[in-house]
Amino acid sequence: MLMSAIISVEKLSKQYRIGHIRPTTLPETLTNLVTLAFLRNKSRDETIWALRDISLSIEPGETVGIIGRNGAGKSTLLKILSKITYPTSGTLKVVGRVAAMLEVGTGFHQELTGRENIYLNGSILGMTKKEVNRKLDAIIEFSGVEKFIDTPIKRYSSGMRLRLGFAVAAHLEAEILIVDEVLAVGDAAFQRKCLNTMENLRERARTVLFVSHNLAAVENLCRRCVWIDAGQVRMDGESRRVIEAYMQSMVGQTDASDLDSVENRRGNGKIRFRAVEFLSAEGDAQKVVRAGDPVVMRFHYLASEPVYHPSLGFRMYTDMGTLITETSTWHHSIDIPVLEGEGHIDLEIECLNLLPAKYTLSLWATDDSGMVVYDNVEHGIKLEVETANIYGSGKDIDSRSGIVFFPQKWNLAGTLERRVGLENSAPHQR
Amino acid sequence: MGRETILELWRYRELLYFFAWREVKVRYRQAAFGAAWAVVQPLLNMIVFTLIFGRVAHMPSEGIPYPIFIYCALVPWTYFANVVGTASGSLINNDSLLTKVYFPRMLLPAGAALAGLLDFVIGSVLLVGLMLYYHVAPSWALLLSPVIIVVMVLLTAGVGMMMAAANVRYRDVRYALPFLIQIWMFATPIIYPMTVIPKRFRLILALNPCWGIVDGFRACLFPGVPFDSRLVGTSIAVAVAVFLAGAYYFRREEKSFADVI
Repeated sequence: MLMSAIISVEKLSKQYRIGHIRPTTLPETLTNLVTLAFLRNKSRDETIWALRDISLSIEPGETVGIIGRNGAGKSTLLKILSKITYPTSGTLKVVGRVAAMLEVGTGFHQELTGRENIYLNGSILGMTKKEVNRKLDAIIEFSGVEKFIDTPIKRYSSGMRLRLGFAVAAHLEAEILIVDEVLAVGDAAFQRKCLNTMENLRERARTVLFVSHNLAAVENLCRRCVWIDAGQVRMDGESRRVIEAYMQSMVGQTDASDLDSVENRRGNGKIRFRAVEFLSAEGDAQKVVRAGDPVVMRFHYLASEPVYHPSLGFRMYTDMGTLITETSTWHHSIDIPVLEGEGHIDLEIECLNLLPAKYTLSLWATDDSGMVVYDNVEHGIKLEVETANIYGSGKDIDSRSGIVFFPQKWNLAGTLERRVGLENSAPHQR
Repeated sequence: MGRETILELWRYRELLYFFAWREVKVRYRQAAFGAAWAVVQPLLNMIVFTLIFGRVAHMPSEGIPYPIFIYCALVPWTYFANVVGTASGSLINNDSLLTKVYFPRMLLPAGAALAGLLDFVIGSVLLVGLMLYYHVAPSWALLLSPVIIVVMVLLTAGVGMMMAAANVRYRDVRYALPFLIQIWMFATPIIYPMTVIPKRFRLILALNPCWGIVDGFRACLFPGVPFDSRLVGTSIAVAVAVFLAGAYYFRREEKSFADVI
């Protein structure tokens, strides 16, 4: 291990009790003690390892992204690094002051004014009163809530509270900054501000640890990335490579698309949908599809007897139930002469221009008149679309920007023409 | 507590002030009478107790007018009871702080103890007024009162820390504490003078750390009340022990707060 590491973690493990999480009352503890003593049944307390033998070393000035699935242990790791919780075993060495932003506006009090909360929050995050005094104007300006700064924050909108909280955090001065998912909240303008701030911090050569599901932002901000999986470091290296590998790991997990067990379906059953797969360009089945990627939807069917001239199609809905699109072989006037036995039909999509969100699919198979229903599964299939760098801008574009996006390009040529035009009409100086 | 802990607490002293400040600021917000409650609370207690124990039950009071005799004890007692109450909830009411940010956890109950001092001072000012009204002059022992006050704060912080830490694991504390405080009050010479207790029981009762504080406080103010240094000394020793035990228990439990809460 290098001597210059600002954070060094060795064989860090954290165990949590689950199920029987904790005795909440004293009598429960007593009964537990008694039962334990008599039954010697110690296996009742199930434990899980949130982290297992994590070793990491981070140099001063590095910006490191931490990615991984929900429950992989990312948050636990951050909590240990920021001393909120303690490891079950292993050692942790942190040099310098740590500022952790695991939540924006921690410790805000409803009854206090914006200004008072700046002092309180700043102090909780480790600022001295002098520091807050010095930065107060900058914080207020950054927050954009000048007008209401002497109003109790219980009158604030959640957006205002968020901006105020982030404004305080953005002015922290610490050697190490730990940021968790802060960017996942707020409107687009706020997110832009957050990203800019993160970039500023990086430029000031502070050490930043950044946990996010927003892979685009991680890729943009961090040169190095650590992938935590099931409590262990699965990969540690250059961001782009780690993120690619992480996305790859999502491939081949198609449990939700198995339709054999779906009971709630209509139709006479001559054709049955058995499964739907979402295939990547390489032909791997994936559980989560990245926005903007090419995808092949593969519909597996079973026709118990020969069925002539059927139509197969699907409807896609948002999770709010809005119909996005319906398409089928009928829409394309494609005649399927006959289906018999097992097989599959593919729908090739060049660019899945859906924004990140969860979608559901309903499938149907009918005769060519649409009068006889062979099979109909309503909302039986889930499709999850993940954030990707769709515009190449590193921005996390998600469902707040709508449902779909189009391949597009902004053209600024018009702004240049206008300036030229003005110059031409103005009298020449020389 | 190691040297490092103390250094860290020192580094975070401003946060202690901010927690206390928040407590004070918030406590009387949107209360029509505001900070007047700090005076009204012990004053009402004084009136009720004077009527019941002074007038009806004719409780002796060492030759001091009963209202001031009891009020003088109620000032430190109210501090103790109120602060133990707020401190015991200081962790569970700030669970989002405990799970989202690091700071020395002790500052939460300690902030409650600091904030309570404001009410204590307001109550003491009223006490001075009452003494003037009843023409009671303090004795030379008044000089000892700072010692009593320091011990009072230590004891209160100790019990507060203990209750706060226990509350994280066992929410029973919330329900049991009011009864405990009530019984504790009657085990302490607040409504009665220490002299009504037979001599042989006194030393046992002095193991109650509140005893020394209340009786000591009274003895500091009134020349007529005997200052039994042996009893007060015992109580003070117990109070300091309780403080140390509270701090030790708190430190031991502290590491699991974020996981258990």
